[in-house]
Amino acid sequence: MADLKLTDVAKTYGGTVDVLKNIDLDIKQGELIVFVGPSGCGKSTLLRMIAGLEKITGGELQIDGQVVNDVPPAQRGIAMVFQSYALYPHMTVRDNMSFALKLAKKSQAEIDEAVGRAAKILQLDEYLDRLPKALSGGQRQRVAIGRSIVRDPKVYLFDEPLSNLDAALRVATRIEIAQLKESMPNSTMIYVTHDQVEAMTLATRIVVLANKGIAQVGTPLELYERPENEFVAQFIGSPAMNLLSGEIVGTGAETTVKLHGGGTVKSAAPTKSDDMGQTVNVGIRPEDMLETTNDEYAFEGKVNFTEALGEVTLLYFDKVGDNDAVIGKLPGIHADLRGKSVRMSAAPEKVQMFLNGHSLYYR
Amino acid sequence: MHPALQGLLTIIIGVGGCVGYFYGANLLLDKVLFKPTGENAGRNINRANQIRPWVFLMPALLALGLYLAYPVFATLRLSFLERLPGNEFAFVGLDNYTKMFAEPKFIEAMKNNVLWLVVVPAASTAFGLLAAQLTDRLAWGNIAKSIIFMPMAISFVGAAVIFKLVYEARPEDVAQIGILNHLYMLFGGSEPQQWLQIPFWNSFFLMIVLIWIQTGFAMVILSAALRGIPEETVEAAIVDGANPFQIFFKIKIPQIVPTIVVVWTTITIATLKVFDIVFAMTNGQWETQVLANYMYDKLFRANDWGMGSAAAMIIMLMVTPILVWNVHNARKEMR
Repeated sequence: MADLKLTDVAKTYGGTVDVLKNIDLDIKQGELIVFVGPSGCGKSTLLRMIAGLEKITGGELQIDGQVVNDVPPAQRGIAMVFQSYALYPHMTVRDNMSFALKLAKKSQAEIDEAVGRAAKILQLDEYLDRLPKALSGGQRQRVAIGRSIVRDPKVYLFDEPLSNLDAALRVATRIEIAQLKESMPNSTMIYVTHDQVEAMTLATRIVVLANKGIAQVGTPLELYERPENEFVAQFIGSPAMNLLSGEIVGTGAETTVKLHGGGTVKSAAPTKSDDMGQTVNVGIRPEDMLETTNDEYAFEGKVNFTEALGEVTLLYFDKVGDNDAVIGKLPGIHADLRGKSVRMSAAPEKVQMFLNGHSLYYR
Repeated sequence: MHPALQGLLTIIIGVGGCVGYFYGANLLLDKVLFKPTGENAGRNINRANQIRPWVFLMPALLALGLYLAYPVFATLRLSFLERLPGNEFAFVGLDNYTKMFAEPKFIEAMKNNVLWLVVVPAASTAFGLLAAQLTDRLAWGNIAKSIIFMPMAISFVGAAVIFKLVYEARPEDVAQIGILNHLYMLFGGSEPQQWLQIPFWNSFFLMIVLIWIQTGFAMVILSAALRGIPEETVEAAIVDGANPFQIFFKIKIPQIVPTIVVVWTTITIATLKVFDIVFAMTNGQWETQVLANYMYDKLFRANDWGMGSAAAMIIMLMVTPILVWNVHNARKEMR
């Protein structure tokens, strides 16, 4: 059980190709940190660097205050669950789980105790003498987790552990992992995924990786409600947040923006008087949009297409200003709006404002 | 005609014949017998496709039947007969077999074959596995692999000639052209040794030739198998704290056991049939006799068709179970 500290960590391949740079991250004991990001953003690489499977080419990694850059994986006090489970196919479930302990020359009594305890937590008791090939996907996943638990590591590392499971099993296993974390409140976990739902439901804090670095670190709701930059704003949430350009026409504790699409909108982000006239991008989530008949509206747009999902209806607008992919989400069924012109607005505290890509809430 | 030209001509005729047969058979099926046109087009295509595999298999079936199946039965028949002057044959029952088992040279051949059987497949597979693992991670590994594989391209007789030179002994006062004796003298040997005439050990000097050839085969197959091991299982073992030796012996090898078995049995079969090497290097003298060479001795030197055929049957009896097991394993691995 431990703290983790990454200081200016970097990864360069062949001395020229930067994959990650300037990674600073403080992870406290008991946290479940989720790395998310688009494909190829280096989230798995970062996890593997923490595991010791990839060399850290710059900066410093500390586990429990000790620099472990050059410490072999087995001595870092980490355990890893791989995407493909990576069970040893020739060993029974019991042997898979006890392999690390045997290598560490633990006594048979200790091994039996640890394996028995893990098997009980994961409900694997009946399967201990089976080979991996005789298990279902979900069971294999549990064995992979069990293999980590028996080692009682300081840090658990999960590399997209659910991506090989089918949809139903994924939800079930996600809940199991959340419960596992609750039963071990002092353990530190790092979890890599490209699935937003996993990130939002499991994480105590999410690390969004993009452009070789960290785009934002925060609790799931911080990232949802107050994204620091346009990338995070559009990465978290589905459908993605709408970005509409406009000029600041009123400053102060609340900011008023005249949108290029026609209307005006108020944001709770504060601005100074010399921001007047700046071009900004206003961000409104589809689900924060309100239909209005007032004269105070953010934009008026023709609904090109609707998708009624039952609990909500998605509205696809014709070009609004210079954005031709604006989407609204209204509760209930509104299929009748198709082809009509609709005025939309949003509450000021739900309206993000980005100057040069960064949120004015954080200035 | 120049032999090289003759060879070239043979290749052209052989390959051309195959291509011609393939083309002609298809033409006959599709254009003449079952035309895929008219009202029976669908039925004709199905029929042509049912017949096609048999047409392609026919040359192989005929050749195998004529040159493999028939000789087996003919040999079995001969092993129960004795050849009398005037090309007459008399039925003698199991006499040939009892005579053979009473012969010390046959017992020697049996013993030597067992020795070959124990040493050669084990050594070839072990060296092949070692070479596969060591060359896999090297930048120049592929060059090393090509060199190790090269002996596979040399015929057994060619290899035997090469190693005869390696083991060559010259009188003490002249330069040694055999590298083994040269090294032996360099490291303080008293006098050049006739390596192939030292009973018991000379069999091992012969085995080295076959091991030298088969290691390349084992390496190529096992290297492919090693590459097929999921990388994540190796990484999981690293995280679990396994050192390179433990990863190799406890994670990698257990995962390629089926391939090792196939390689092992394939080399075992080659070993059981070993003939050329012994024939060319010692011809079974100095207690190096093996079954195949014994058979050749009886059949073509002593002209004893009965005993020669009996020896052939013994070799076949020994090879068959291993062959069946080998095919069984190979098919299991393919699944």
